[in-house]
Amino acid sequence: MAATIHVDVVSAEEHIYSGEAEFVVLPGEVGELGIYPRHTPLFTQIKPGSVRIKPAGSDAEELVFVQGGFLEVQPDVVTVLADTAIRAKDLDEKAALEAKRAAEEAMQNKTSKEEIARAEAELMTALAQLEAIRKLRHRA
Amino acid sequence: MAGSKEIRNKIKSVQSTRKITKAMEMVAASKMKKAQDRMRAGRPYVERTFAIAMHIARANTEYHHPFLVRRNGVKRVGAIVVTTDKGLCGGLNTNVLRLMTQRFREWREAGVEVDFVAIGSKGLGFINRLGGHIASSAVQLGDRPRLERLVGAVKVLTDDYVAGKIDEIHVFSTAFVNTMKQEPRQFRMVPIPDEVRTSAGELRGGQVPEGTWDYIYEPDARELLDGMMHRYVEAVIFQMVNENIACEQSARMVAMKSASDNAGKIIEELQLIYNKTRQAAITKELSEIVGGAAAV
Repeated sequence: MAATIHVDVVSAEEHIYSGEAEFVVLPGEVGELGIYPRHTPLFTQIKPGSVRIKPAGSDAEELVFVQGGFLEVQPDVVTVLADTAIRAKDLDEKAALEAKRAAEEAMQNKTSKEEIARAEAELMTALAQLEAIRKLRHRA
Repeated sequence: MAGSKEIRNKIKSVQSTRKITKAMEMVAASKMKKAQDRMRAGRPYVERTFAIAMHIARANTEYHHPFLVRRNGVKRVGAIVVTTDKGLCGGLNTNVLRLMTQRFREWREAGVEVDFVAIGSKGLGFINRLGGHIASSAVQLGDRPRLERLVGAVKVLTDDYVAGKIDEIHVFSTAFVNTMKQEPRQFRMVPIPDEVRTSAGELRGGQVPEGTWDYIYEPDARELLDGMMHRYVEAVIFQMVNENIACEQSARMVAMKSASDNAGKIIEELQLIYNKTRQAAITKELSEIVGGAAAV
């Protein structure tokens, strides 16, 4: 059997995933990260996007949507401290589309820097959610 | 019939007290469920945050965040005291404040000055009476505290720490064991401790080797560690307060339940006395009538 790495995804509201995995893909701040077991220690921030986990001894991948947070990699443990995390299959496409529309509208109307930044962040989240839904669809 | 009216009044008053304690018991029971769920939901996050913070503390980091550096010769400490806003919850606040007072004395004897941050009005009042110096406070937080208000109060201490004015920050709060049992606890939040007690009561330390390695940081060590340490403080304080609320509601439910039970017992006793005096009065009247008839 291949080597495995323990993956923990937690958000402030719940413990969303915990288990051994062969491979994990995460949305790092500076680009997508693929982590195999015995990775060198790494610490980074993550941006809104989907975490893809390939559990040990299973072909079905787990998709978790995270809204940014911190990622710590140790040789045998990957820990994601997510601001919010949702299992991809619980994502709501309609709500995401609505959020995207609202955010785009807000960006056009808002004038202050702070408001634009907030709208931008919301837009990023909505887009990332839609992307996660698309990935999930694609596989199903 | 002397006294029977007084006894009846007394029974009525105890009965209405029991109504109140019963109602408070039920309110606490329903709030307790939600508070406990919230506390449990937050635990994994805080435990992982602790784990990562301890890993970082053991790494030989290129950028030394102040939270990671232990200082020699502690002159001044910060103490965050988490208590409830309201009373009627058994010995909850008394226990944590007793622990705090003990440490406060020890610090004072050792010549260490203490800056307090009071979360919850019971602690605020107590520290004032004790004559401690209060740096900031957050009271009347309600059942679902807002993180901003907590962080605002605590930031006073963390800023002082970074500026070198204080050398350690300790947290006094109540640990939730189960609904019947809550224990006061103290731990050093900053600098990052070597080991912490988990909610299950076991000690857990960092599980990585010390000092010989460093992370790869993407993109920038300073920014990342600042962000992470900020997050660490937020997560710890938020969880402590949520746990305290779960403790408060549990303790209140238990306290109110025993108050209701005691009221029930008193009512029973009073009822017995009342019946006896009533009987005695009737017997006395009867014997008077019989006595009177015999005289005629």
